[in-house]
Amino acid sequence: MPRDERPKLSRRAWITTTSGVIAAGLVKTQADAIHLGAQEAPIDPTKVPGRLVSELGSRAPAEEPKRLVRAEALSSSSRTPLADLMGTITPADLHFERHHAGIPDIQYEDHELLVHGMVERPTVFRMSDLMRYPQVSRIRFLECSGNGGGVYNRDRMPTEVTVQALDGLLSTSEWTGVAVSTILREVGVRPGASWILAEGRDSAVMSRSVPLDKVMEDSILAYGQNGERIRPEQGYPLRLFNPGYEGNTSVKWLRRIEVTDRPTHTRDETSKYTDPLGDGTVRQFSLVMDAKSVITFPSYPYVLPEAGWWEVRGLAWSGRGRITRVEVSTDGGRSWVDAALQGPILDKSTVRFRHLFDWNGRDTLILSRATDETGYVQPTVEQLWEARGTRTSYHQNHQRAWKIARTGEVTFGLGELV
Amino acid sequence: MRLPATDVGLVSAVSREWGSPLRTAARRAAGLCLVAGLLAACSDGHRGATGGAMAPDEVAVAGTAEGLPAHAPDRFGFGTEASDARVALWDIDVRPDGQGLPPGRGSVAQGRDVFNIHCVACHGPTGTEGPNDRLVDSEQWDAVPSTRTVGNYWPYATTLYDYIRKAMPQLTPGILSDDQVYAVIAYILWMNEIVSEDAVMDAETLPAVIMPARDKFVVDDRIGGTGPIR
Repeated sequence: MPRDERPKLSRRAWITTTSGVIAAGLVKTQADAIHLGAQEAPIDPTKVPGRLVSELGSRAPAEEPKRLVRAEALSSSSRTPLADLMGTITPADLHFERHHAGIPDIQYEDHELLVHGMVERPTVFRMSDLMRYPQVSRIRFLECSGNGGGVYNRDRMPTEVTVQALDGLLSTSEWTGVAVSTILREVGVRPGASWILAEGRDSAVMSRSVPLDKVMEDSILAYGQNGERIRPEQGYPLRLFNPGYEGNTSVKWLRRIEVTDRPTHTRDETSKYTDPLGDGTVRQFSLVMDAKSVITFPSYPYVLPEAGWWEVRGLAWSGRGRITRVEVSTDGGRSWVDAALQGPILDKSTVRFRHLFDWNGRDTLILSRATDETGYVQPTVEQLWEARGTRTSYHQNHQRAWKIARTGEVTFGLGELV
Repeated sequence: MRLPATDVGLVSAVSREWGSPLRTAARRAAGLCLVAGLLAACSDGHRGATGGAMAPDEVAVAGTAEGLPAHAPDRFGFGTEASDARVALWDIDVRPDGQGLPPGRGSVAQGRDVFNIHCVACHGPTGTEGPNDRLVDSEQWDAVPSTRTVGNYWPYATTLYDYIRKAMPQLTPGILSDDQVYAVIAYILWMNEIVSEDAVMDAETLPAVIMPARDKFVVDDRIGGTGPIR
């Protein structure tokens, strides 16, 4: 057919306009599209020339992974579609968001970082200055410490909840920037210093205190993420990145580091991001994210169409180092087997685990539990209740469970166990 | 040199006394340097720690270590020295000991006016109605974060200054004068029955306020490992 007469429509649009069934706009799922495509004999791609190169790529039209936005507000979050992802790296446009006063509009050229306090040489660094310093890249997870807060209350244990809604405040990227130790060496830390205060350039002026030991060990001033500049919602053009620490400490849109001899006790390390315990005390500076794992497949709302061989897949990570083991139970926690771990297993990064499972078609509960290099084993929710009481809102890293009903329907299943 | 992951937990565990700095990494580095007789190379404890900014999974190939190379200069000299005025412009945080509080003062009565103009829309007429964070509640908090208020949960009154000056009101942050910030803090503390109706907040009186929740806060004691779940 002459070039000008070829349909200039996407595959989905083509199906929509050529199928009587879908004329009403009922194409909803990839499965629908494939099914109808088979019926309607779509264009044979071996018989028409394909699209030309382009400056920016895009996903296949049928693939539409999206962050979950539950409330549009200045202080809000969006969640990574964990069930849609493969491997360990989160595409930057699907990295979870947590902002406390929206995303500031910042120009690369005029952004500056002030480093001062207990230092020999208080210094202002422009981005072009920071770019000249020796560079580091690290693949590391980032998790909000509020992740999973919806499955801690015994009386309000959900069943119809996706892994995205539940644990989607988790993402993994290759972060690139300057080691904080390089910059602090440059300004000369004075004796007696033990903390820093990191401050953002958003209208919340997000501020967190971080132990000096930590930032000297492995924190970076990150300007790159998965091969490109950090996106605005991740802190463009500069963020602090503290591997293994609760996400809020990795202050975005970083404009200031003050070296101090004590924490500043900002609002977000006193009234927020602290953990009321059962004995009436409040745990403060609970910074490290303990080991955790989640099964991403099968999970709600997936329906297993038949019994037989299925691969249980998920992610495991620890803020204290490497994951050394992930166990999976397919019988409600009565027995556990080691899942296969996909290397490389990196420090403070997510690991993909897999377990081949021959489902017999009966009701069951599947669980996972991670162990890290310190020997710490991901606890049960009962262990957390026992240790912390029931009133905490952060660091709820307990084992999750999915129920597989004989119908194949998968729902969140922890409520069946507690 | 890489530190055991458990040392990260140690940082918190040993830092119970805020004013008593314990830099595990630097001390370890210094100790190792002494053993190796390399004092000169380790004269700056943080140089040792800089070399530690690598993890085994990233240093398998010679020459790809993340620490600074041996021939790196002591200083690169990039960046511009920050003048005292430049530092003062941005150094706006306030600590529990009062460091960072500006001159100025404000009373409960003045604070009532500030609150009713700038705060009431989000926090309600008595600081309890919302829609945003509840500010007043003298009862114990419960499982719902919104019940953790200035009166029953905030450990330091100075944090109010640090936060309000930086981030409030949410839609027009920075609009309040120093006196207005002191005043609205006095009013919020009075609504929580922490200060009297004739109280005046300034750089002297604010750090002296003892918050009801002050002694409830304890430092994280989780350390990973095979011990009890904390």
